[in-house]
Amino acid sequence: EIKYTQLFINNEWHKATKGKTFPVINPSTGEEICQVEEGTREDVDKAVEAARKAFDIESPWRKLEPAARANLIRKFADLLRRDIDYLSKLETLNNGKPVGDSKGDILGSAACIDYYAGWVDKIAGETLPGAHDQFIYTRHEPIGVCGQIIPWNYPIMMMAWKFGPALACGNVIILKPAEQTPLTALYCAALLKEAGFPPGVVNVIPGDGPECGNAIASHEHIDKVAFTGSVEIGKKIQEAAAKSNLKRVTLELGGKSPLIICEDADIDYAVSVAHRAIFTNAAQNCTAGSRTFVHAKIYDQFIAKSIELAKNRVVGDPFDSNTEQGPQINESQFKKILDYVEAGKKDGAKLECGGERHGNKGYFIKPTIFSGVKDDMRIAREEIFGPIMSVLKFDSYDEVIKRANSTSFGLGAGVITKDLTRGLTFAQRLEAGSVWVNDYDAIINQAPFGGFKQSGHGRELGKYGLESYYEVKTVVVKLI
Amino acid sequence: MASFTSKPPKIEIKYTQIFINNDWHKATNGKTFPVINPSTGEEICQVEEGTKNDIDKAVEAARKAFHINSPWRTLEPSARGKIMRKFADLLRRDIEYLAQLETLNNGKPVTNSKMDIMGAAACIDYYAGWADKFTGETLPTTSDMFLYTRHEPIGICGQIIPWNYPILMLATKLGPALACGNVVILKPSEETPLTALYCAALIKEAGFPPGVVNIVPGDGPNCGNAIVLHEHINKISFTGSVEVGKKVQEGAAKSNLKRVTLELGGKSPLIICEDADVNFAVYVAHEAIFHNAAQNCIAASRTFVHSKIYDEFIAKSVALAKKRIVGDPFDPATQQGPQINKSQFKRILNYIESGKKAGAKLECGGEKANDKGYFIKPTVFSNVKDDMEIAREEIFGPVMSVFKFDSYDEVIERANATNFGLVAGVLTKDLTRALKFVQELQAGSVWVNTYAAMKAQAPFGGFKQSGQGREFGKYGLEPYYEVKTVAIKLLSKM
Repeated sequence: EIKYTQLFINNEWHKATKGKTFPVINPSTGEEICQVEEGTREDVDKAVEAARKAFDIESPWRKLEPAARANLIRKFADLLRRDIDYLSKLETLNNGKPVGDSKGDILGSAACIDYYAGWVDKIAGETLPGAHDQFIYTRHEPIGVCGQIIPWNYPIMMMAWKFGPALACGNVIILKPAEQTPLTALYCAALLKEAGFPPGVVNVIPGDGPECGNAIASHEHIDKVAFTGSVEIGKKIQEAAAKSNLKRVTLELGGKSPLIICEDADIDYAVSVAHRAIFTNAAQNCTAGSRTFVHAKIYDQFIAKSIELAKNRVVGDPFDSNTEQGPQINESQFKKILDYVEAGKKDGAKLECGGERHGNKGYFIKPTIFSGVKDDMRIAREEIFGPIMSVLKFDSYDEVIKRANSTSFGLGAGVITKDLTRGLTFAQRLEAGSVWVNDYDAIINQAPFGGFKQSGHGRELGKYGLESYYEVKTVVVKLI
Repeated sequence: MASFTSKPPKIEIKYTQIFINNDWHKATNGKTFPVINPSTGEEICQVEEGTKNDIDKAVEAARKAFHINSPWRTLEPSARGKIMRKFADLLRRDIEYLAQLETLNNGKPVTNSKMDIMGAAACIDYYAGWADKFTGETLPTTSDMFLYTRHEPIGICGQIIPWNYPILMLATKLGPALACGNVVILKPSEETPLTALYCAALIKEAGFPPGVVNIVPGDGPNCGNAIVLHEHINKISFTGSVEVGKKVQEGAAKSNLKRVTLELGGKSPLIICEDADVNFAVYVAHEAIFHNAAQNCIAASRTFVHSKIYDEFIAKSVALAKKRIVGDPFDPATQQGPQINKSQFKRILNYIESGKKAGAKLECGGEKANDKGYFIKPTVFSNVKDDMEIAREEIFGPVMSVFKFDSYDEVIERANATNFGLVAGVLTKDLTRALKFVQELQAGSVWVNTYAAMKAQAPFGGFKQSGQGREFGKYGLEPYYEVKTVAIKLLSKM
């Protein structure tokens, strides 16, 4: 049952001002699930008005004792867990990820919200040494109205990553879920109301990029925008922010993250890590390990075992508990990925397995492996966001680090080795926001996450994740 | 004098044994000791008496629970926080029963017991949030080194708490210790062991592994001392008198140099300036001394009043003190219960005599408030001089001592002329005056236009002989971890 399909402003449900709706598709079948109200600039304006009122210095939200704010935030986490069965089915229906993965995402989201609830009464400014007749201190104040634009690959989790630090710091929010996946965000809006957040503190406006997202990025009275998505759109967001009111911007963008498997790695372990590093979430992962560098000494073994694992990967109905991989999100992505398969073949990489559609309904693609990939091929340079493992051979460690770093991306990187010095030296030299040694995608709520270079700027998670959600005010009191 | 009888409801005492390894044990020496209801002077029940051998048992259990591969040590930090939060939830769940038990044993009004329990749960919640947030650092160094610090749990923490806020003190101690991953042996005061033992059952229910928290009731000389001197307890935290605090520090030094934090007494000043609203000042000063029958390390036991408002302040304070309702703590109208026991009761009355003898003017109170139990009337002395006994020594009883002052510079000196330094309060509307007092008062907490503003996030502790180390806030974690510095050399070839 789809309960919520309208815009959520001021703890109320609204129809779109323009009176239009848009279809939401089930990627497992290609069929429409329902229609959702389509938010545009006028709706964003309404949300901004509600958010501004909720942010007034005398408002209930601004006057809440920190511990009370924390309790509200934790209550929301409890409700996510309470409704996990329904929510995970809704997430799978709309996004296509296996139900087990949806459940994992929801638990991770609740844990993230809990983590930030714990920070609320611990966000401290400082008193600073000054002249004896001065009292100097800093305050960490909420920024104000925060626009948040999230993608479709982890709908609930991306929402939690955005809400957590923003609410912990006392801000108010206007969130635009991806137009592909608005349904769970709208359900969560109802949970926020149930948890007891005052009206206007969190507003959820479904809509597209050009009409809705753009209205947020260029709004004169939104104080900050946080965007997770492609580099291309990220740049547009930053431009629009600059052209309007210089709202603060944080960006979490794409990646072409390397996983480097050294000669001393345990092959079976390496194969299993590399497999999940690329194929998790049907490879629709900003940190997908999409360049697998394997040392020449273990290369052939690695390829053979990886193919076997890929062939055994169960692709199918995400509601089937045996399924490991669901569909890609929509037709457009589906086509784009198959185009990359063609490009790989044309550029001379060897197609080891997969490389085609799975089934004849929905947007399923078989786990695909290319070997003999060269650094200058398109499949080695561009973010595919689809289940294609590209394996590149290397001999020299100094050289592979250079190759791993020669990209304008810099989100994640992995190394598999037993050697102490090698592991720590890779950690020093890889140009990525997160480096994982003998692991991949080790996302932990207390560990900051974000990009070097064009993979974005600013950090989410951890204490660092708070930094983009408060403004520092310095106070100097002269003792006269 | 009006007489009353305390009528406690029927309260079942469930736990009277020693809690070690999530089990209940009888005392090794086979003895028990009586626990008294201070509202009546009558015995509530007998409790197993822990001594050195029981502490040894607890240490063994705690050691095992602290082993590097133990369930407790291998818990994900956020999971540790979750168990702590569960304990806080259980405190709130059982607040009705716990509040009555606290009032039965300690004598504070039931509403105060409830407030204490809510505060205790909030403190645990606060520290649960720190479990996955306290960090070491990576440090800049040469390119061939990886340099960082780890904040590791210290190990077995002995915690000795007093009788004035049994549940709140338990939470204040457990919070930071558990957040940092330590294991604990806690000795509640021999006056008030009952709620600590009930909390032990809640700790087990919350899911703490066996041996992580152990609670051993007993006295100071045979039980507390065993903790202080133990060769295998790594840290001790003590809240109580300066006299015993010094012994704790000595004992720690003589044995194994265990780390020591102390929260001791106070003779805290409240300074009321000429521009203060007198009614507000009277109200603040009243609560500041009389709350919890003045059994409060932060009691504002020296009230400095500017001469311009002195007479008005005295008249109104006396009126308010006379109205304060002393009685059965189970009666919801009661504001003040009994003092904790006969010994304190006698001591306080002696101080009152001393004040009279020294020439202070007894404005009201000054005697017992009931025939049964240990109740004392709210007492106000005016015209107190700085060198009187009642002006210098911690009474821990409902005696307000009021001093006159003219000069602000002088009153700061007078306020600071003590070996104590726990807290201080100032009432004034003037910005510069307030901030200068803040700068110059030698106290761990300074409160402006308020008093007893305790918050889980604000560090609390003493200057000078009021103690060392801080509880609450992020600072409260510091005594509970050891810093390990790691340097890894990156050998030249990859």
